[in-house]
Amino acid sequence: MSPILVAEPAKPVVVAQRRSRTGYILLFPGMTWLAIFFAIPFITLFMTSLQQPVPGKIGKYQAGFELSNYANAMVEYWPQFLRSFVYAGIATLLALIIAYPLAYFIAMKGGRWRPLLLVLVIAPSFASFLLRTYAWRTILSDEGPITSFFNALHLLPDDRILNTGIAVVAGLTYNFLPFMILPLYAALEKIDPRLIEAASDLYASATTTFRKVTWPLSLPGVVAGTLLTFIPAAGDYINAELLGSTKDRMIGNVIQTNFIEFRDYPTASALSFVLMAVILVMVFTYIRRAGTEELV
Amino acid sequence: MAGALRQVEDLHLVNLTKKFGDAAAVDDLTLTIAAGSFFALLGASGCGKTTTLRMVAGLEDPTAGTISIGAKDITNLRAFQRPVNTVFQSYALFPHLDIFENVAFGLRRRGIKDVKTPVNQMLELVELSAMARRKPTQLSGGQQQRVAVARALINEPDVLLLDEPLGALDLKLRRQMQIELKRIQNEVGTTFVHVTHDQEEAMTMADTVAIMNAGRIEQMGNPATIYELPKTVFVANFLGQSNLITGAAQGRSGDDILVSAHGQTYVVPAARSTAPGVAVIVGVRPEKITVLDAVDGHRAPDAHNKIAGRVTDVSYAGVSTQYLVRTPWDQELTVFEQNVIVGDRCSVGDEVLLHWATEHTFGLDGAQDVHAGVLPEVLDLEATASALESRGA
Repeated sequence: MSPILVAEPAKPVVVAQRRSRTGYILLFPGMTWLAIFFAIPFITLFMTSLQQPVPGKIGKYQAGFELSNYANAMVEYWPQFLRSFVYAGIATLLALIIAYPLAYFIAMKGGRWRPLLLVLVIAPSFASFLLRTYAWRTILSDEGPITSFFNALHLLPDDRILNTGIAVVAGLTYNFLPFMILPLYAALEKIDPRLIEAASDLYASATTTFRKVTWPLSLPGVVAGTLLTFIPAAGDYINAELLGSTKDRMIGNVIQTNFIEFRDYPTASALSFVLMAVILVMVFTYIRRAGTEELV
Repeated sequence: MAGALRQVEDLHLVNLTKKFGDAAAVDDLTLTIAAGSFFALLGASGCGKTTTLRMVAGLEDPTAGTISIGAKDITNLRAFQRPVNTVFQSYALFPHLDIFENVAFGLRRRGIKDVKTPVNQMLELVELSAMARRKPTQLSGGQQQRVAVARALINEPDVLLLDEPLGALDLKLRRQMQIELKRIQNEVGTTFVHVTHDQEEAMTMADTVAIMNAGRIEQMGNPATIYELPKTVFVANFLGQSNLITGAAQGRSGDDILVSAHGQTYVVPAARSTAPGVAVIVGVRPEKITVLDAVDGHRAPDAHNKIAGRVTDVSYAGVSTQYLVRTPWDQELTVFEQNVIVGDRCSVGDEVLLHWATEHTFGLDGAQDVHAGVLPEVLDLEATASALESRGA
């Protein structure tokens, strides 16, 4: 091969290399962050979940392969697991029912008020999550107007809302509502109003237009919103702690107590792992189904 | 269905008015569109043509007036209850449905169970059978346009409304689709109401063209008739180009009106004049004019109208050459000449004589603004050009 032919492509290769190196450099901070704050803790957590107690010393554990930690944790705490998913599920559904009309209104009829209305949606988040949840204790208190109102109608099984599952679900719904509204808004706002007109031009009544055009086109927002609500709600413990009684504990509370109070690190880690795994499985099934037209 | 001509009825708009606030977008419009015709509403943006179309579709409520098809008043029917379908500007195809389902949408909404046969027939008509299971985004602009037509036509509407349906296509494809749409219209026999700002599109496609301006119809008729004999300055300028010379009627000579302008007399056939009074605008289309070198001026027929001038610009455009000729009173006239002459053409600076047959002359009411209907961009350009020129002088 002549030297000229060898020399020719050298320049583009250098450029390409430099370009790909830039990519790695840009990735570096993010990857480091992930390694330090996700990958390493993840492995540590997994190892902790398999530890065994040091005989004779309470709260001390050593490396091991105790798969029974998982079995024991599940046997003991499956009701809280189930409750977490039921509460999170109800809260997600309620949030969807509340958020959809709101997001629809802002997106379709908001006009020039849209930015302001969106700020109002996010505004409560400027106050601390804890503070807002405490505020709900006052709102739902036994002598408060809401409880009195429902009591007057004899609608409450325990004659109260605070320290019941209802309060926990209400708190979850309230706290995660913005995470439902924003993706729904983004999806609805993108819908071309001419598609709605086209549907009505093609003999679809308002209801049919919603069912056949608006709803399917907003599905990406519905999927994103439900995930963003369900996942943190399922793992949440603040709402159950502040608004529920001991009978309404969710899995987040169990994990927290096991870590902080019982110092049963292996059980707490095992529960964390199972929670993660269950959510992952649920999310994947959900996304796969949503990807097809089954949800339409 | 495709192939079979159906019995359709005329579309009547009576005193139709639409106001947005105080401004009337459509102003007391009365119009009958013959069944089975290809009707074009032509006008600049904001003239009310789209609003008219949307009122017929039921997407906009009229402020006053009625819309009926045959004897049936549809003014108060909702869009989904009207026997009218629309081909939307930029098509508005449902992105989540494939082509088949897009086309089947209207049939399914009307509870028709067997959609397969009609949908396939319709896809065949628009030559898209192979694309049935594709999503709209996987189709080219021209193909999407045909889906939009199929999706509307499959419902066998009494009237098909087309809202600038070819606006998003490039020039070549647009020409092709014009022919295609015309073929489809011939095949199905439905009344087509086509809204466009493209005069060439309106003229080539429509049987009847209505030129709209400020919410009203300026002139309506067969495209050739309107072009050959515009009745207002707006039409003369908007549909094609016109040379307009302001003058005053001096009297009659048989069936002709004699108009004097800038010290010269022009003959305008009385039947071709809409001027009610003395003030007359004499008009002639650029391609009717013949350019003669001034020394050959005697060769112009005596009966022709004539203007002497100096060539200020020559642009060769293959089929024809466009000359700009400045008159002694400093007006610039446009002449299109077919490139059939062997030998030298006139060049810039030449003294020439323009002449044209009196039968090609038309007369307009002199009370109008001679620039009505000229695109604002063109007016701006002309103003800039003359400003530059006076600075150079």
